[in-house]
Parts: sequence; C-alpha cells; structure tokens
Amino acid sequence: MQSGKDRFPLTRRSVIEAVRSIDAEERALALEALCAAYWKPVYKYVRWRWNRPAEAAQDLTQGFFAELLERELLDKFDSSKSRLRTYLRVCVDSFVMNEDKAGRRQKRGGNVLHVALDFAGAEEEFGATTMDPALIPSPESLEQFFEKEWVRSLFALAVEDLRELCLARERERTFHLFEAYDLEGNEKGSYEQLARDYGISVTDVTNALAWARREFRRIALDRLRELCGSEEEFQREARAAFGWDAK
Amino acid sequence: MRFLSNSALERLRDGAEAPDLAGTRYRLLDRIARGGMGVVYAAEDEKLQRRVALKVLDVPGTDGDLASRLIREARVLAALEHPGIVPVHDVGTLADGRVFYTMKFVEGQRLDKYIESVASIPDRLRIFLRICDAVAFAHARGVLHRDLKPANIMVGPFGEVLVMDWGLAKLLRGEVSNVECEADPDATVFEKPKPPAIASDATDISVVTGHGTVMGTPGYMSPEQARGDVELLDARSDTYSLGALLRFLLTGHPEVTSIANGRRLDKSLAAICAKSTAASPADRYPHVQELALDVSRYLDGLAVGAHQETVFEKVGRFYRRYRFFILLIAAYLAMRVLILLFLHR
Repeated sequence: MQSGKDRFPLTRRSVIEAVRSIDAEERALALEALCAAYWKPVYKYVRWRWNRPAEAAQDLTQGFFAELLERELLDKFDSSKSRLRTYLRVCVDSFVMNEDKAGRRQKRGGNVLHVALDFAGAEEEFGATTMDPALIPSPESLEQFFEKEWVRSLFALAVEDLRELCLARERERTFHLFEAYDLEGNEKGSYEQLARDYGISVTDVTNALAWARREFRRIALDRLRELCGSEEEFQREARAAFGWDAK
Repeated sequence: MRFLSNSALERLRDGAEAPDLAGTRYRLLDRIARGGMGVVYAAEDEKLQRRVALKVLDVPGTDGDLASRLIREARVLAALEHPGIVPVHDVGTLADGRVFYTMKFVEGQRLDKYIESVASIPDRLRIFLRICDAVAFAHARGVLHRDLKPANIMVGPFGEVLVMDWGLAKLLRGEVSNVECEADPDATVFEKPKPPAIASDATDISVVTGHGTVMGTPGYMSPEQARGDVELLDARSDTYSLGALLRFLLTGHPEVTSIANGRRLDKSLAAICAKSTAASPADRYPHVQELALDVSRYLDGLAVGAHQETVFEKVGRFYRRYRFFILLIAAYLAMRVLILLFLHR
C-alpha cells in the first residue's frame, strides 16, 4: 500500500479522555478546547430555543460551562450511547430548566473559563442567522439548529488555524486566495480574475486553493477528532460536519 | 473569529471533498457517484495513460471499520478474477490519510437503465445468466456478495455484464487465500429496529450499531439477511437476491406484485423466481448453478426443475420447441392430403 502517513498527523488525544485526566492542567486545556468549539452554538441555542435575551443567554452560557466542570458532567458521557454534541445539547436543556426552577441568575464563569467569549460577535451572528419565526421548535429542528451552529463554529476555528498556518509558513497570499474564493465566494472572483488581481498564473491559483482546502480539511478533521469520544463517533460526526451523508 | 455564512459553509464542504492525489499516479477527472462509504471518481492513471475508477473514503484513517471494509473489498475483488467481476488495480492510502482503491473504469449503464432498451425476454434471461456466472464463481471462491441488485450490475457497450460493489461481501470459509481480513458482520446499511431507550437525566440515547446489524437492500435482501442472522448466511442468500433480480428483469419489480409491467409471467419463469426467493433457504436452489441451469433449460424450451408441468403445458412446450418441424410435417401432410384428393377426383 502506498504510504501517506508521513504527511498525515497522528491523532490528538480526545478531550473526553483528557477531561477525565488526573492532571489538572490537561483537564483545563481539554475544557478550553471544548469550550472554544461549543460556546457559540450553546449561546445561540439558548437564545433561540429558550428565547432568552442576550444578557441572560451570556450568563447561562458561562454558567453551563462552569457547571460542566464543577459537576464533572463529561465523566457521565458515554460515546457508545450518544454523540457528544447531542449530549451537550441535552445537558444545556437540563441546565436551563434547573436554573429556571431554582430562580437563579447570577454572573459567573469569569474565573472558570479561559477562553475569550466574544458575545457581541456571537450576538451579531445570531441576528444574521436566518430562521423562520413561525418555526415551532421540534426535536429535529433543535438538533439541526445546534448541529449547524456547531459546524459553523468548528469550521470557523479551522479557518482561524489555517490562517495561522499560512502566516507561519509565509503563505499569506494562499490564505487571501482561499478567503476570496471559498469564504467570500465573490461571484466575479473567478480563477482568472484572482490570477489577474494577484499577478500570478491560473495554475498558481488552483494549486494554492487545492493546498488550502486540503489543509483546511485536515485541520477541521483533527479538531473534530479531538472533540469525539471514539473513532465511531468521529466517523459519524465527520460525515455530519462535511455533509457527506446528505450528498 | 470570522463568521462563516451558510454559503461559505457549503463551499468549504464542497472544496474539502476532493481527495488529495499528490504523490500518486492518478489525476482526478470527474465525480461519478457517492456511496455509503465514500465517493467514486473517474481518474486518469498517468503512467499507463488510461482511465480508472477511484473509490475513496470520506474520512481519513486506516484503522476504522470503513477503512477495513474498503481494503477488504479491494482484496476480495483482487481475488475474484472473472470477466463478470470488475477488476481492481491498486489499493492504498492518499496523502490526506484516506484509503482508496482503483478499479477498471466501466463505461456502460446500470442494469435497471440498460434493460429499458431490451424488450426481449430471452435477451434479458441471457443477461441474467451472465450475472449468475459471476456470482457462482465468487461462491466457488468462498465469497458472498450480499447486495445484489440492479444498481450494482453494469452492462458495458459490448454487452459485457459486470457485478460491482462488493463492499458488503462476506467470506464464507476463508477460502480466498489472499484476503486477510475477516468479514465484518457489524457494518451498517440498515439498522434493526430497536425498542426506544429511556433517556436518562442528561443523555440522549442514539441508536447503537452492533453485532447483527442488518446490511443489504430491501426487496433484494433475503429474510435471514433482513433479520440480521449474519452467521446463517450462505450461498442461498445470494440466490434469493438473484431470484429478486430475475423477477425485476421480467416484471420490473423485485417482489411479487399485481403490477407486472403489463406482462403475464410464464409459469415456469414464475416458478423459478418463486423457488429462488422462497422464505426458507432450504426451499431455494442450493447453488446458483442450479438456478442458472433452470433458466438455461427454459431458454432451450426444456422442462424446468422448479415447475411440475401439466400434460397441456408439456404439449404446449413441445409445440413451441419443435414448432418449425411440426409445422413442416403438418404442411407436408396437408399437401399429401390435397394431392390425394386431387388424384381421386
């Protein structure tokens, strides 16, 4: 068999395993990775599903991740029974219901989470999300909404990683081409137009885009693998994230 | 962090789908089809300058279930050198970590499309016999196909018939010496219905795939396969699928139905279909060759083993088989009678 292993990085440790580690630093890093991928979906989900105003949703989002850590909820997660994404969504529902019952609403999370949460940006994105106001939240639509926001968050992190990789490898132009063609999707931005704009050949444009897409895919899958509890879950989540089941 | 619009998400998904063929002898041409495990592309083998079909998994990694299945499929194909089975050329891992294999690029039509232009029943039966040849060969090498259906049969421009998609193949007795992987009874296509699980306080129980998971295609799948009795499957399970395939070729439907494309199915053919698709494996043809033999006998105008004929049916079949000679003799006798009548006037 041809070997591609020299270019394919080794699997990183799953956050599910890391969060159960006895090493406090490893646990904190795992929660950070989890939070980075899930805080926006959780925030938008609380806004939409629970119809909470922005400020309350911010508190609930921070509170949820604090509770995740304090009550060691991830220890109860079993990847053979459920997807982490679904488990977290159900945990969010339980958390919001419990908070309602207890009538609690407190500012917190500031000393627990070490990830910068750009709530203003998230609110702007939430406002830009097109949703049918008449749509009655059903279990399917809730799952779809959460999945879509989770994919958006995962891909956004991967794009950010790709930008950093391009900077580190002095391939800024490659990232700009990727940005112009794949992210902004400018209708006028054909390969020929991009080649003219950057004073390079069309082949250079296609090669740069092929490299960027390949790296984007690798990074996104690496991040995803980190967020899954098992190989089986990873396979399922990868198919969902990249829409391979729907094609 | 940048906000990604829905259209950006779609473009990223589309862009990330294409396999990375860097470092291989292949150049990507077109996407042909998407299957359960991955995608099939047309590619050019730049060394041999020929077109090949490249089947590649979506997800990277060589140690997952799907990777094992794809590698096993390639090895099964490599072990089945037969004109009716698509030949495999190469298997490996791409630079992006995805397992792939390449096989002959078959230019042709799927059987269900092809037969739209084949009106004659004998011609359809001859196609069926070629499928039986390939499947019987695989059985002789200890391999069950387990997903025989029109979509998995290709007919080439010169009428060559190829059995495709051996992704669900099962090794019967490990007779294929160079296939090292064991059959995977847990591979999923359709899942057994499970009783709803009671959700705990903070978990949502999703369907768990496990041992005995059902694989195959409804309508073409034998009852034992549909029940997930993987250990009980033998050649008779494929015989069931072939029977359903035969019924599809004759009536347009794999199962018995009142709508039969306006065609009245001959009793012998109906009996062959019924025997092949009997609910109990013990009531089916024990081997594909026997099914093929019955179809051949029908084509030759002989009695088939699956059907006990009445005297009238025997006479009718005798007449159909020797119609030319019977009519010739009848014409001769009529002429003799006319001559005699003329001479005695």
